[in-house]
Amino acid sequence: MSEGRPLLEVQGVSVRFGALLALSRVSLEIRRGEILAIIGPNGAGKTTLLNVISGFYHPFEGRLLFEGRDRTRLAPPDVAALGIARTFQNVALFKGMSVLDNIMTGRLLKMRGSFLLDAVWFGPARRQELEHRAFVERIIDFLEIQAIRKTPAGRLPYGLQKRVELGRALAAEPKLLLLDEPMAGMNVEEKEDMCRFILDVNEEFGTTIALIEHDMGVVMDVSDRVVVLDYGRKIADGPPAAVRTDPAVLDAYLGVSHEVA
Amino acid sequence: MNLTLDPARDTFPKLVRDNVRRFPERVAIREKDYGIWQSYTWRQYWDEARLIALGLASLGFARGDKLAIVGDNRPQLYWSVLAAQALGGVPVPLYQDAIEKELAYIVDHAEARFAVAEDQEQVDKLLRVRGQCPGLEVIVYDDPRGLRGYRDPSLLSLAELQERGRKFARDHPSFFEDEVDRGRAQDTAIICYTSGTTGLPKGAVLSHANLIITARNAAEAEGLRPDEETLAYLPMAWIGDHIFSYAQAILVGFTINCPESAATVLADLREIAPTYFFAPPRIWESILTTVMVRLDDCARPKRALVRFFLDLAQDMERRRLTGRSPAWWQRALYPLGWLLVYGPLGDNLGLRRVRRAYTAGEAIGPEIFVFFRGLGINVKQLYGMTEASVFITIQKDGEVRLDTVGTPIPGVELRISEEGEVLYRSPGVFQGYFKNPEATRQTLEDGWVHSGDAGVIDRDGHLKIIDRARDVGRLADGTLFAPKYLENKLKFSPYIKEAVCVGAGRPFVAALINIDLAAVGNWAERRGLAYTSYTDLSQKPEVYELILGEVARVNRSLEEDEALRGAQIRKFLILHKELDPDDEEITRTRKVRRGHIARKYAALIEALYSQREHVAVEAQVTYEDGRTGTVRADVRIRDVAAAGVAVR
Repeated sequence: MSEGRPLLEVQGVSVRFGALLALSRVSLEIRRGEILAIIGPNGAGKTTLLNVISGFYHPFEGRLLFEGRDRTRLAPPDVAALGIARTFQNVALFKGMSVLDNIMTGRLLKMRGSFLLDAVWFGPARRQELEHRAFVERIIDFLEIQAIRKTPAGRLPYGLQKRVELGRALAAEPKLLLLDEPMAGMNVEEKEDMCRFILDVNEEFGTTIALIEHDMGVVMDVSDRVVVLDYGRKIADGPPAAVRTDPAVLDAYLGVSHEVA
Repeated sequence: MNLTLDPARDTFPKLVRDNVRRFPERVAIREKDYGIWQSYTWRQYWDEARLIALGLASLGFARGDKLAIVGDNRPQLYWSVLAAQALGGVPVPLYQDAIEKELAYIVDHAEARFAVAEDQEQVDKLLRVRGQCPGLEVIVYDDPRGLRGYRDPSLLSLAELQERGRKFARDHPSFFEDEVDRGRAQDTAIICYTSGTTGLPKGAVLSHANLIITARNAAEAEGLRPDEETLAYLPMAWIGDHIFSYAQAILVGFTINCPESAATVLADLREIAPTYFFAPPRIWESILTTVMVRLDDCARPKRALVRFFLDLAQDMERRRLTGRSPAWWQRALYPLGWLLVYGPLGDNLGLRRVRRAYTAGEAIGPEIFVFFRGLGINVKQLYGMTEASVFITIQKDGEVRLDTVGTPIPGVELRISEEGEVLYRSPGVFQGYFKNPEATRQTLEDGWVHSGDAGVIDRDGHLKIIDRARDVGRLADGTLFAPKYLENKLKFSPYIKEAVCVGAGRPFVAALINIDLAAVGNWAERRGLAYTSYTDLSQKPEVYELILGEVARVNRSLEEDEALRGAQIRKFLILHKELDPDDEEITRTRKVRRGHIARKYAALIEALYSQREHVAVEAQVTYEDGRTGTVRADVRIRDVAAAGVAVR
């Protein structure tokens, strides 16, 4: 119905924590099918922006439009129901639950249960469980984590936990996937793997992805477009190659002015 | 033994067609996918391979064409092998972890016009080497993941290929059957490239007759049944997997199971619980390590119980393997051990249903071999080679020993050459190396193959492999001398870390020995023996007595062996410093560098062949920071009495 419009529009959003203006009239759009990187120095407001999009924070001014409709004041569960899923900067998995069950929780919003039927695992409840399990198994296959299917998430190394978290977000079949520093704390090999998964998710499922990342190499490799934040303001927006040579960006990162040839 | 082939069943495609006729709905292949074991029947095996073949034919694949196949063990890749053979073509499986240079060499050397790759990783490799392989025209991939954006005209998916096959069949309804019928037993069935430690890979050409007769003779001798279950987890490029997961599975009609991924093999092994299992020593070793690690995590009483019963089983097995019988109390306790330990443990590892399992490829450590046999798992040693269609010798049930690889399977003749090299002749002997007459001439002589291994045949007809042929020498009087064999025997002692045996062209064998500082140090502490340094400890008379006992043990075991009896160790010395890769005495993988040692320790070696009882040495050592220093020591030389000399 609104194919021509961006998937998500952020219009003049500001967020304040006490005296601190975390976001100041930030406007940006996330287009269907793209991979958008949000970068910026520490404290620039990247995670805050992600939290606004996923409904954790509500801006005191500005609007959010998702698929053309105003979604400014929705709570996180409602945002999730719209088709926005996310991962966290610090992994937030159920540590005692198996990888399989963790990813299964990503399907919760898709489950239409009746307490009684679920309890006896009969009829539609059974059918539904099988369907969801099959979907989760496709994700496990996709992320190549078959070997740890039954392992409690808390026992896994960090890099794998990140991958499981991505799996849980994918299980919700999101239209928009928000990744908060998906490669933080990873070694080079794990980063390469994660890059490939992000690209494959985008290509295979057509999922729109917005990610926060510090590693500039990763950003340049993965993203179609880059938005740069600094002190809560947007200072650049464009293709990676253009952003990299933008004097304002160099300023923000290096603190000095640079002659750009 | 049966050397004739029924013309209706003389190629693998014909055999599969026959299986479809006899038991179309029996399961041929299982693959764990999406967490569930998915089954394919023989009919599906045939139909899928047929569509792949027809698709290839539509792209111009002709008789004699080569099909490179690269990826993990997947049903689709086994079907591709069959498809190539059905068209009179030749599958050339490649190691999935091969680096690009190797891949490029083989694809080019084999003149492959077509390739089937499992996934993006393999496709990327093939695309990158295409410049060096001008003949490569078509790359088919199974898993489309990550490949949607590729626009290369030579790429197509397996599904697209099969769709083309479906269309092709409409215009050529009898094409496939006709091509299968044109196959002959003497046609090339596969080219297996052997990696070879030196030089370029060589492609061993094997015919359908080679593989069918050999696989059948071994299957009959070992009593394989159609209800066997196996795990197809070793590289498809390796002839072993081709024999176990393809040739024998088709001949006997049993089921193979493809693991979910390389990382899940041990879990899949447990779920499948194969009845017929093959693993090289390193896999047995890693299973044993898993057990030991988990045992260390157990509570103390449980650990003590398991240790007790494992020791019991191993001691009994060791007795059996050396021809002694277990004590009465051991036999009385064994059933209890079975109930408490062996049964549950075997079950947990997925090895409880094993009727026969093989180890081959290299020598297996005796403690590993004894461990698994002690659990009641029928692990046997096998001696095989690509050039022989695998099977040369197998240990028959009831004739299992630690130090032999068994007796020849039906159809195989064995001979030991003048130089001590193992030669064999059999219906499985390969047709030669592809486009390499020079190497073929060196290996194949009047139907006899030079194995490159030195061995002896004992009085019961068992083959014993002692060393690589090129390392074997002779003493001055012509007695066979296999240094690595002796060194390995010495190193079975916990007190001996390294050993170097010399003797080629000399009157007798002498050994330079490195003690294991941890083990000997521990031993010395328990006896209240004070020492200041490695050098000091190594020259203690008590330590010499300890090592003398170990050397005498090796001599006694040699005495039992007619061919090697003359090569007993008559003198030894303990080196005053550890052999070290930094000093270039051993390689980083701990292989002795004989040439370098012979030069560096020439004075010590001369002393061993003189009348002297000790020799003063100075040795250069390189410290880890690169500085060098000198170690001075007075090294003793010790005589050893040869075992059994008085008898002769």
